[in-house]
Amino acid sequence: MKHRLRFAVGKLFRMALLLLGVSILTFALMTASPLDPLQTNVGQVALGSMSQEQVAKLEAYWGVGTPPVERYLGWLGDVLHGDFGTSLLYRQPVLEVVGQRLAGSLWLLLFAWIISGILGLVLGVTAGATRGRLPDRLIRGYCLLISSTPTFWLALLLLLIFSVWLGVLPIGLSVPIGADAASITLADRLQHAILPALTLSITGVANIALHTREKMVDVLNSDYALFARARGESELRIVLRHGLRNVALPAITLQFASISEIIGGSVVVEQVFTYPGLGQAAVTAGLGSDMPLLLGITVITAAIVFGGNLVADLLYGVVDPKIRRGAARE
Amino acid sequence: MQPILEIQHMSIHFTQYAKGTRRRELPVIRDLSLKIEPGQVVAVVGASGSGKSLLAHGILHILPRNSHMEGRILYDGGDLTSKRAARLRGREIVLVPQGVTYLDPLMKVGEQVRGDDAAPDAKQRARKALARYGLAAGTEELYPFELSGGMARRVLIATAVTHEPRLIIADEPTPGLDAKAAGRILGHFRELAEGGAGVLPITHDLELALTIADQVAVFYAGQTIEVASAEDFASPATLRHPFTRALWRAMPEHGFQPIAGAQPYPGTQTAGCPFAGQCARSTPQCREAADLPLRPWQGGMVRCLNPQREE
Repeated sequence: MKHRLRFAVGKLFRMALLLLGVSILTFALMTASPLDPLQTNVGQVALGSMSQEQVAKLEAYWGVGTPPVERYLGWLGDVLHGDFGTSLLYRQPVLEVVGQRLAGSLWLLLFAWIISGILGLVLGVTAGATRGRLPDRLIRGYCLLISSTPTFWLALLLLLIFSVWLGVLPIGLSVPIGADAASITLADRLQHAILPALTLSITGVANIALHTREKMVDVLNSDYALFARARGESELRIVLRHGLRNVALPAITLQFASISEIIGGSVVVEQVFTYPGLGQAAVTAGLGSDMPLLLGITVITAAIVFGGNLVADLLYGVVDPKIRRGAARE
Repeated sequence: MQPILEIQHMSIHFTQYAKGTRRRELPVIRDLSLKIEPGQVVAVVGASGSGKSLLAHGILHILPRNSHMEGRILYDGGDLTSKRAARLRGREIVLVPQGVTYLDPLMKVGEQVRGDDAAPDAKQRARKALARYGLAAGTEELYPFELSGGMARRVLIATAVTHEPRLIIADEPTPGLDAKAAGRILGHFRELAEGGAGVLPITHDLELALTIADQVAVFYAGQTIEVASAEDFASPATLRHPFTRALWRAMPEHGFQPIAGAQPYPGTQTAGCPFAGQCARSTPQCREAADLPLRPWQGGMVRCLNPQREE
């Protein structure tokens, strides 16, 4: 019990440190950015036609002129009270914007995460089990090809094939253009999510499959696999009985570590597919100097990634008998 | 009596790629012959790196893919083909491996002793096998990391007796155990032999091998260089091969005298006796002889141009 409490407190402390670091870094990068919020959001021409007072008002709104440290501490103070501020571009509370966008992205992310996890595991196990032979070489070749392909290029390629040439899937957005909100069906949403989710899955698979393959090869070269062979177990049985069991632990780590890659990838992919999700909001906030929104998005996604790793740690304790029984004994 | 296992002129080669695409055949075991009768313990003794473990894998037909085996293995009078070996291994022919790393770290002991056996009485047999070596029922629920060294060894022996084995190959049966525990483990093997099985311990420890073996096959650089009865080891005078004598003298109670040099690496030696480089009695002929057969000599077998033995 004491062990678990120490574990929980330690994790929370680390998370607080991480989020603090992420927010400071984001803030520093935004402050160092050469973008002038007024020029970007109001425009040179409009600014020229405004009076001094109007410009001063706008400067105050975008926070120009306030010392950065003061701005950051002000933001931090509000966040500690649970107030993430108001998005300067959307003119809505940051949490509300993030909530809406996250709801839009969630299915996309979840779908990509699950598909890449399952497919990556299956491909990795298959490649490992057939190491050195044709299936392994094909899978490895595919993974290396995909790993060295930029995500945005793959997204464009899929758009070109499925939306332009074949015309079977929509070219972008999350719902049909000009449709009444009430008339939009789940099928519409799914149809619009297929391509971005597919892009994310395809790129996510490579990493998981290659790592799983390495582990599988290790297992099959292990002493205990040799002993299983000596006792008359077939290769297939060894893969199923010993392989999957021993690949499970690293697979869990990989799967939860891939959350960060999926979220990172979604920024690019949502941009290509003009999909109104969290990734796209992050780009908008970054380019439009919407400091509260960008800080909100980075902190919340960092918390999600951290949460994923935490879940992996906890699952380790459930799956790995060394940790499970070791902790129970304490 | 019909031997349970007879190995005739076994050779194992590995295919290696040296410098790009140049293939090279690496002989690890050359012209090995061995015979075990039911109820007999024949120990194979050799230094590390002499190819001992591969002998076990060769008998079981579980050598790596880049290797190939020549020669003939007869089991119970019939050719032990890879198909036949696949049917018998884990049942009639069993391997007792070296240590706890041969157990799946994430599988409970009970399940591993049972093995991949769906028979309804498999669980019962596994329990009996564990009990036979003094392992309580609770052992089934343990994971390998929870076993002590001695327990792990007993679990590994238990895996061998879930069926009724007729040939037991024990690869380094006693590493890391103190003399008392090692003696107990060897006693278990002796007992299996007394039950009618052939036991083939493979070890580097001549001293321990002599405590249970009826016969000892001495292994040097992938070859059997001498087959002698355990009694022959009472004195160096009754041993045939200079290397066997050197081994005898290297035993702690016989003065602990090492010999200079090391056995040649596989593939480095082309002609002559592999021991010639370390042998005090070697002659120019020893270094040139193209073919040194293992031949019967004074009640044993020896592979030497110039064997000694004084009655």
